[in-house]
Amino acid sequence: MAWDRNQMAARAAQELEDGMYVNLGIGIPTLVANYVGDKDITLQSENGMLGMGPFPFEGDEDPDLINAGKQTITELNRTAYFDSAMSFGMIRGGKIAAAILGAMEVAENGDLANWMIPGKLVKGMGGAMDLVAGVGRVIVVMDHQNKAGESKVLKKCTLPLTGTGVVDRIVTNLGVLDVVEGGLRIVECADGVSEDELRAATDATIV
Amino acid sequence: MKKVYNSAAEALEGVLSDGMLIASGGFGLCGIPELLLQAIKENGAKDLTFASNNAGVDDFGIGILLHTRQVKKMISSYVGENAEFMRQYLSGELELEFNPQGTLAERMRAGGCGIPGFYTKTGVGTQIAEGKEVKQFNGEDYILETGLFADLSIVKAWKADDTGNLIFRKTARNFNPPAAMCGKVCIAEVEEIVPRGALDPDHIHLPGIYVHRIIQGEHEKRIEQRTTRKREEA
Repeated sequence: MAWDRNQMAARAAQELEDGMYVNLGIGIPTLVANYVGDKDITLQSENGMLGMGPFPFEGDEDPDLINAGKQTITELNRTAYFDSAMSFGMIRGGKIAAAILGAMEVAENGDLANWMIPGKLVKGMGGAMDLVAGVGRVIVVMDHQNKAGESKVLKKCTLPLTGTGVVDRIVTNLGVLDVVEGGLRIVECADGVSEDELRAATDATIV
Repeated sequence: MKKVYNSAAEALEGVLSDGMLIASGGFGLCGIPELLLQAIKENGAKDLTFASNNAGVDDFGIGILLHTRQVKKMISSYVGENAEFMRQYLSGELELEFNPQGTLAERMRAGGCGIPGFYTKTGVGTQIAEGKEVKQFNGEDYILETGLFADLSIVKAWKADDTGNLIFRKTARNFNPPAAMCGKVCIAEVEEIVPRGALDPDHIHLPGIYVHRIIQGEHEKRIEQRTTRKREEA
């Protein structure tokens, strides 16, 4: 037993508080928007928008209105548009309360790797390096292990870094961990996962 | 002051040459100067360096200049969704300089503001920081990035008046204002040119001082990822 993608997204959504401006990454983080409930959350899309709405109805797609994943979206009554320099100004300037991002690897010191695998096709970091360096709180949502069953929560990242010491909290299919002095602290185990199972699946030091 | 030209080809006359650094607006295929890119293809100028967040797709955007081997180097943050780009990059035919997206935007903005360098936390401790000056401010490390000064800027806006004041539409604004600002010469392609006085001065997104040539034309405005919800779900 462990959390599925939607349960991970629902757990990550608990990190968001009323009034927050938040940036959601591509993949499971995008699903977090489905679980914010009544909380007043404003989503930022780094291509130049605050107040991102849902996908448009069929036939209402506007080529001038897309999110950072290049998907057609809609605006809300609170929406504001701006250029890329201002968008990353608010990111770098610490105005965005939190970013929820996917990852390939996270280390116990908060290092994050999520943009390239040497020898494989490199697409680029996009806005990930700016986001992790600038936002108030970085929450990673990812599977605890890779397809080979190896831990993605490591003592030290092996892949090229996106940022150093940037991750605050990790939500995986097996549980929730915080980056603290000396390693990671278990915040909670996923449904049906014991603390021993979580520890066994984790390469990083748990304190 | 004559800024309005009849076509993209005419607007490029006398300002486009081999080996130039061109800053281009757009994010993905949204808000790209598609008419000017097509005209650059037809012009045949080569050994071009493009500072642009993305490299288009195989048959649209900057992608069309990759097929004709007119691009020597890309300065971009994300280049997925483009098979020809990957082929040329992996075979060593095309140079690529990755910039974090916010760093690229700020390099353009800074260039347009006469700022040759700035310090940022983005990329500290990563490959991006290699070879760059590190300086501490209030006990934290920052790296030095340089302002980008382009020979030519090509951008897409929604409306212009004949003095070059520009208004963009929704997220098609993206990199267009900073890209416009950082060029010695900026050409803007728009959906509609209106007479001076027709735009509310309080609604101008980019003042005409940054814009030297303007053309009006029909835009395909291709959608890269069409995502929708069904009406019943409402």
